[in-house]
Amino acid sequence: MLRLGLGMIAGQYRARPRREAATRMLRDGDGAGSESARALERTWSDARGIVGFLSANDHKTTGLRFVVTALLFFGAAGVMGGLMRHQLALPEQHVVGPDLYDQLFSMHGTTMMFLFAVPVMQGFALYVVPLMIGTRNTAFPRMSACAFWLYLFGGALFYGAFFTNTGADAGWFEYVPLAGPQYGIGKRADFWNMLVTYSEATGLMVAVDLATTILKMRAPGMSLRRMPLFAWASLVTSIMIIFAMPMVMLAANLVQFDRMLGTHFFNPSEGGDALLWQHLFWFFGHPEVYFIFIPGLGFLSSIIPTFARRPMFGHDAIVLSLITTGFLAFGLWVHHMFATNVPELGKSFFTAMSFMIAIPTAIQIFCWIATIGAGRLVMRAPLLFVFGFFFVLVIGGLTGVMLGSVPLDLQVHDTYFVVAHLHYVLLGGAVFPLFAAIYYWFPKLSGRVLNERLGRWQFWLFFIGVNLTFFPLHLLGLEGMPRRVYTYGAETGWGTWSFVSAVGQVINDLSMLLFVINIGYSLVKGARAGNDPWGAGTLEWSVASPPPACNFYALPVVSSRYPLWSPPGDVTHVRGLSAEIREALVTTVLDARPDTRYAYPNPEIWSFVAALAVTVWLVWSVWSVPGFAYGLIPPAIAFIAWYWPNKKEAAEEVSWETEP
Amino acid sequence: MMSGIHDVRVPVGPQAAAITDLWTLMLVVCTVVFVAIMVALAIAVWRAPRATEKAAADLAEHPRIDRRLRRGVGWAVAASSLLLAGLLVASFMTDRAVARLPLHDAVRIDLVAHRFWWEARYDAADPALAFATANELHVPVGRAVIVTLYADDVIHSLWLPSLAGKKDLIPGRESTIAFRADIAGVYRGQCAEFCGYQHAHMALFVVADPPDEYARWLARQRAPAREPATAQERRGRELVETTTCGMCHTIAGTTARGRRAPDLTHVGSRQTLAAGTIPNSATERVTWITDPQKVKPGVDMPPIDLPPRDLVAIAAYLGSLE
Repeated sequence: MLRLGLGMIAGQYRARPRREAATRMLRDGDGAGSESARALERTWSDARGIVGFLSANDHKTTGLRFVVTALLFFGAAGVMGGLMRHQLALPEQHVVGPDLYDQLFSMHGTTMMFLFAVPVMQGFALYVVPLMIGTRNTAFPRMSACAFWLYLFGGALFYGAFFTNTGADAGWFEYVPLAGPQYGIGKRADFWNMLVTYSEATGLMVAVDLATTILKMRAPGMSLRRMPLFAWASLVTSIMIIFAMPMVMLAANLVQFDRMLGTHFFNPSEGGDALLWQHLFWFFGHPEVYFIFIPGLGFLSSIIPTFARRPMFGHDAIVLSLITTGFLAFGLWVHHMFATNVPELGKSFFTAMSFMIAIPTAIQIFCWIATIGAGRLVMRAPLLFVFGFFFVLVIGGLTGVMLGSVPLDLQVHDTYFVVAHLHYVLLGGAVFPLFAAIYYWFPKLSGRVLNERLGRWQFWLFFIGVNLTFFPLHLLGLEGMPRRVYTYGAETGWGTWSFVSAVGQVINDLSMLLFVINIGYSLVKGARAGNDPWGAGTLEWSVASPPPACNFYALPVVSSRYPLWSPPGDVTHVRGLSAEIREALVTTVLDARPDTRYAYPNPEIWSFVAALAVTVWLVWSVWSVPGFAYGLIPPAIAFIAWYWPNKKEAAEEVSWETEP
Repeated sequence: MMSGIHDVRVPVGPQAAAITDLWTLMLVVCTVVFVAIMVALAIAVWRAPRATEKAAADLAEHPRIDRRLRRGVGWAVAASSLLLAGLLVASFMTDRAVARLPLHDAVRIDLVAHRFWWEARYDAADPALAFATANELHVPVGRAVIVTLYADDVIHSLWLPSLAGKKDLIPGRESTIAFRADIAGVYRGQCAEFCGYQHAHMALFVVADPPDEYARWLARQRAPAREPATAQERRGRELVETTTCGMCHTIAGTTARGRRAPDLTHVGSRQTLAAGTIPNSATERVTWITDPQKVKPGVDMPPIDLPPRDLVAIAAYLGSLE
C-alpha cells in the first residue's frame, strides 16, 4: 500500500502533525490487523449494552435499522392491501365494513409513502453512501440516529392508534374539510397530522445528513464527475426533500391548528380555502413520488454496470437527467388537481411539464439498454429485478403521460386507472429496484449471498403477481369504477376484474413469503460473500463484508469512476487521521481535495432522549391545547442537554487547534 | 337494479367522444412505444454475450461502439420527444373541443352534493315552476346542459364517464360542468372524490329523454305531490306529516317541509333509493325506512320506530308519489 502519509494533509494543517510528534497519537492508514486498525475498530465501534444500543450512531447501524423497520411497515401495509383486495374481490362483500375499509386504505397509503418508501430509500443511502464515497460515517450521525428514533416512535404511535380504532381514515392525502374539525371526528386525523410531522422531520434530518456527507466527505480525488450514480441520486433526492418536505409539515400543522386551536385556514365560511390544502399537499406530494423513484434509478445505475461488466454508458447524461427530474418534479403538482376549478390556461402548463418529465427518464432508460447491449451479462437475481423494472415502470410511465393530459385526466382521475398507474410507477420505479438492491447489497451487509434459486422464484412470482393485480385495475377505471369505494353493486360489472386482481395479490403474498424465507435461510446458510461477490467497481466492495466499524482502515484515494476496476493510480490511500478518536476527512465540494478534518462528538444517548421528548410534545398536543406550548419544554430540555458543551472534549479540541 | 352506462369508452356526448378519440390515440402511441422499448431491451439482452462475476470489466475505449450507441440513444430520445410533442398538441386540441360545446338554449340545473346524495334543483323564471329532485337528473336528448355545482359539506366530485369526465365540488367554490347527451338512455355517474363512509354509495343517474318525454317529465315534476288514493296511502301521508319524516324531507303539497334530506315529492318516479344503493321497490322501501343504517351505514337518516303496518303504509304512500 502506497502511503501518501501526512504530507498531503500536513501541507494544509500544520497544527496537528506537530502535536502528533509530541504525543505519538495512533494514526490510521496501516492495513487490517495492525495496531492502528485495532484502535480504529475500538474507536468506531458503538458501545454494548442497552445504553450503547440506544446511543449507537454508526451509519451502518442507523441505516440498517431504517431499512428493517421500513420493510416491516411494508409488510403491514401489504397485508392491508391484501385485505382491501379481498373485500373487493366480489361485489357486496362484508369482509370489512366502511369504517375499517376507510382506515385500511388510509393506513396503506400513508404507510407506503411515509413509513416505507422514503425511509427505506434513505436508510439504504445511509448504509451504502459513506462506503461508496469512502468515508467512515455520515456528517451528522447523531442527527440521523435521532431521526430513526423519531421515525420509530411516530410509526409505533400511528399503528398504536390504528389498533385502538383511531387509524387515519381520510386517505393518505387527507383532504380538508373531510379531515378538518367539522367532519374529521375523533382523533384519527390528529394522528395522521402527527405522523406526518414525525416522518417529515425524520426525512429532513436524514436528507441534510446525506447531502452534507455527499458534498463534503467524499474520498480524496472523487470529484463530482467521478461520483457514483447512486450517490448522485441520493444527493438529488436529499436536496428535493429539503425543499418539499417543509411544505407538508407546515400544511399538516395548519390542519392541526384548525382542529385544535380554532383557526380557519381551510374553512371557507370564515375566509379560509379548502383548495389551499391541495396546493400545499401536492406541492410536496408530487416531488414525494420522485423521492421514491430517483433512489430507485440510482440503484439501477449501480447494478447495471456491475452485471454488464462495463462502465455505464452515458454517465453524464444520467447525472443531468437526475438533476433535471429533480427540478421538473416541482412543476407538476397541479396535475393532481385538474378536476378542481383552477384556471384552464394554468392546467395546460402543467400538462406540458408532466409530458416533459418523461424525457429525462426516457434518456436514462435508453442509456441502460445501451449499457446492457454493449456489455457482457451476468444473469443473476438483481439483474432479473432490473428487467422487471423496465417492463413495469415503462407501463406506469406511459399511463402517467396519459394522466398528464387534462381531458383524459378528467375521465380517469380518482378512478382505478390511477390506482393502476401509481402502483405500476411505484412498484416498477421503486420496489423492483429495491429488491434488486437488496439482492445486490445483502452480501455486503450480512457477509452472505442471498439464495439465487429462491430469488428467481421470488422474482417471477412477484412479476406475475404485480401485473395480474394491477393491470386489470386500468380496465376497471375505464369501466367507471372510482377509487376508495369499500364495495360495489353486482350490476356495475366490476366483479370479474376485481376478482382477477385479488388472485394476483395472493401471488404477491407468496412472493413476499419466499423473500422472507430467503432472508432467513441465507443469513444462516447462504454462501460466504467475501469482499466483492459481484466483481463490482465501487468502493463499498473494497472492504470486508460486513464492513468493519470504521469502514476503511485507510481512506482510499480515487482516480476514476470505478476505482476497483481501474488500475490503481500512484496514490491509493491517505493516512494521518487519528485512530483513537472519531475523526473524518472533509473534502472540497467539486474536486474532493482534502479540505479540513473534523472530530465527531462521542455517541451519546441524547439523540434517543430528544426523540422521546419530541414524542411527549406531539402526543400531548394531540389531546390538549396547552400541550402545544408546554409540550415544548421536554424537547427544549433534551436538546439543550444534547448540545451542552462537554468541557473535556472542548478543551481537547482547543488544545489541538492552538499551537503549543 | 338500474345500472346505466358508465364506461369511458362508450361515449354518448360530443365531449366524451372527443376524449375517447384522444384515449384511442394515446393507447396506440403508448403501446407502440412500450413494444419498441421492450423489443430494444430484448435484443440488447439477447445479443449481449454472457459472462460471470469474475470476468474483468471492460474499461477499454470502443469509439465505434460508443458512437453507435450515442446515435441510437440520440434518435430514441428525439423520437420520444417528438411523440410527446405530438401527444401534447392532441391533448390541447381535445381540451378545446371539450370546451367548445355549443351552449345556446341550454338546460340549467343546480346540483348540490351532500354526504352521500345529490340534490338537483331545476330553477325557473316563475318560482312556482321550480322544483327539486335527488340522485336522478332528467335531461333532454340533443340539448346542452349546464350544471352548476356546489358542495354542502366536504369535497365531492361529479363523474359522468359516458358524458363528460368529471368536476370537483368544493365547499365555498362554485363550479360548472356542461355536457350533452346525444342518445336517449340512462347514464350512471358517481362521486369520485372520497367523501366519507358511504362514498361507495353515491351514484347519480342521468336519464336522457327524447324532448317530448322530457317535457312530460318536467310537467309532472312541477306539479305538487299526488293525492293518496287508498286508505293505506292516506295513513302513510298522515304518518309522514305527523312523525319525524317531515322534519328533514319535503313533499310539496303536504306539511312535510324539511330541507335536510332528498325532496320526496315525486320519489315514486325514481328508479333507486339512497343514491343508487337499492332499487326503489315496495319491499326495499320498507327495508330502507325501517333501518337505513343497515342498508347504508353512516347515512344521516335515523331508523323509524313504528309498527310494521305503519312502515308499510309509509312505503306505499311514497311509492305512489310518481
